Amino acid sequence: MALLKMKFSQQRRVRLAQGLWLLSWLAVMCGALIFCLGVYLKIELLRRDEVMENTEIHVVPNLLMMVGLASIGANWVASRVCQDSLDASRFPRWRILLLGWYAVAVLLCCLLLAVVVLSYALQGRLEESLKVGLRNGIRFYKDTDVPGRCFQKETIDRLQMEFRCCGNNNFKDWFEVQWVSNRYLDFTSQEVKDRIRSNVDGRYLLDGVPFSCCNPASPRPCLQNQLTDSRAHYNYEYQSEELNLYSRGCRQALTDYYMGLMNSTGPGVLSVILIQMAVVMRYLQTAVEGAMALESPEGESEGYILEKDVKATYADVKAKALDLLKFAQVDPASEAAGAEEGEKADKATEKVATTAA
Amino acid sequence: MALLVVKFDLKKRVKLAQTVWFMYWFAVLAGILVLSLGLFFKIELRKRSELMDNNESHFLPNVLIAMGLIACGINAFGGKVCYDSLDPTKFAKWKPMLKTFLVFCMGFNALLIATALLCFVMRIPFQFTLAEGLKNGMKFYKDTDTPGRCYMKRTLDLMQMEFRCCGNDNYRDWFEIQWVSNRYLDFSAKEVKDRIGSNVDGQYLMDGVPFSCCNPSSPRPCIQYQMTNNSAHYSYDHYTEELNVWRRGCREALLSYYGGIMNTIGALVLLVTMLEVAVTVGLQYVDTSLSTLANPEDMESESEGFLLEKTVKETFTDIMAKMKAMGKGAKVEEGGEEGVATVS
Repeated sequence: MALLKMKFSQQRRVRLAQGLWLLSWLAVMCGALIFCLGVYLKIELLRRDEVMENTEIHVVPNLLMMVGLASIGANWVASRVCQDSLDASRFPRWRILLLGWYAVAVLLCCLLLAVVVLSYALQGRLEESLKVGLRNGIRFYKDTDVPGRCFQKETIDRLQMEFRCCGNNNFKDWFEVQWVSNRYLDFTSQEVKDRIRSNVDGRYLLDGVPFSCCNPASPRPCLQNQLTDSRAHYNYEYQSEELNLYSRGCRQALTDYYMGLMNSTGPGVLSVILIQMAVVMRYLQTAVEGAMALESPEGESEGYILEKDVKATYADVKAKALDLLKFAQVDPASEAAGAEEGEKADKATEKVATTAA
Repeated sequence: MALLVVKFDLKKRVKLAQTVWFMYWFAVLAGILVLSLGLFFKIELRKRSELMDNNESHFLPNVLIAMGLIACGINAFGGKVCYDSLDPTKFAKWKPMLKTFLVFCMGFNALLIATALLCFVMRIPFQFTLAEGLKNGMKFYKDTDTPGRCYMKRTLDLMQMEFRCCGNDNYRDWFEIQWVSNRYLDFSAKEVKDRIGSNVDGQYLMDGVPFSCCNPSSPRPCIQYQMTNNSAHYSYDHYTEELNVWRRGCREALLSYYGGIMNTIGALVLLVTMLEVAVTVGLQYVDTSLSTLANPEDMESESEGFLLEKTVKETFTDIMAKMKAMGKGAKVEEGGEEGVATVS
């Protein structure tokens, strides 16, 4: 009893082949789209390379690019098969490849699902990487004269302005770091000496933030210095002031941005198409094979997904696997040969039975 | 003596018709391109209309949109005519209107050239609009509590950050206006009273700029206040300091941005004009080659195609004569009556 059997006339076979050909070209476009999305994601990750500590998250765009290329190739092969399927002389050379093609299609679906799972699973690692990278960026903000770190100030300023964020978790991260270079500090002044003495490491800490934290939507000109002192500014209340600076931390802003990018790829679309194609392709293969076995190629034939139903196929596969294992063991050759012959006879009778039915 | 005569047999005629049909489809795409350029420019003007005092002229983008639509229509029609030209029965119904259509096309091409020139010339009045708008914008920077102007601060800040500019001509423009709202000034403080007393209008002027003027490439944290006072900051000389704030004025920055857009649009419209002229010439050849068949019944006979029926001079004198005849036609009645009167 074959699984989901359907009858196909010549015209229906032609229609099936044409529809499948169109579907396979659509799948090629989807593959190209997935590849482009992978490239775009990689470029975006590389642009902010300086505030990320490791490149573990790059596995997601790399996989996307690989799957995109592979699916373009596989679906192009599928379209060729469809084109040749109605020509009895050209189809046989594709028959051997078809089983391999199914395996490749299933593998691609699994890889796409893996990408979706990975993009969620790696969120924690991305946050960690951003946390360390941003912390270093904030620490080296003042080192505009140290080669190798001289661009940190510009990078962090542009990042904060573009993503509308301040500091790592919030603006108070800037209070714990010296972000003014020693070259611009007058060490003879009392104020500087007081601040340097006020902490163990001798750093010039202040309750102020760089200008890039300022929020343009604030109704008053930006207050950057003496933020915790409500008396230093007229009509200013430190606890209730919300619009003056950006309230979001840059780690949160960047994580949200990248998770949004990765989730919008929708790899599920492609996997659905591939699965559908695999199913329909199976119908085409079996229908054409049946047609070729008949005397008149224009007649009806049957198409199915599996030759026997699921249980019987599973039992078959299990028997085959056990058989392979038996070969590895030291068994009397005659028993093995006898078992083989018996199986072959069984298969032949079953095949005859199904074609006759 | 016709101008630029070319001999056509059936095969050549078919090839010509196919080529011109193909070119007409490109021309339809070009028309869509002009339409989308007009829409893009309109949107860009709308985005910054606050900085131009809300009285910027939308004449140019409207003209571009209209031209794009007309071009799409004309080229689709021309393509249909070319497609039908290979079938004598279908072509017969288009034949009478072709002459007027070609004259109309030539007029349209002239209008396209005028539009391209307009793109290059519009820069000049635009400059004045921008200058006026920016000056007023800076005046209203502090009015974040006045309805209708409360977004000016945000608009100006975002614009200065995006275009990397400060003030109208340079950063000193901020020294001449009060950009801190009175709500945030402590009028009992001595410093505030001094500054207000120091000028005629009673404005709180200071030698500082908003934070959006700051340049992130500067090696030191941004110096916004007391910019002209060298002793207020350690190791600071405001004459030699270049990287601290943006040095370019916003009028120049916006003008170069919009000027670039207009120049690009002008160049593209010129290219589209050349394409339009080419398809018009092609259609003229298709029309003339089909009307000068040696043997009108036989489609395979030879024919000649030309650009103009007579030479340029003769065509020009012809047109002048026609116009004079039209002008005389209005006077014919009087002359006829007089003639009748004298005869009888």
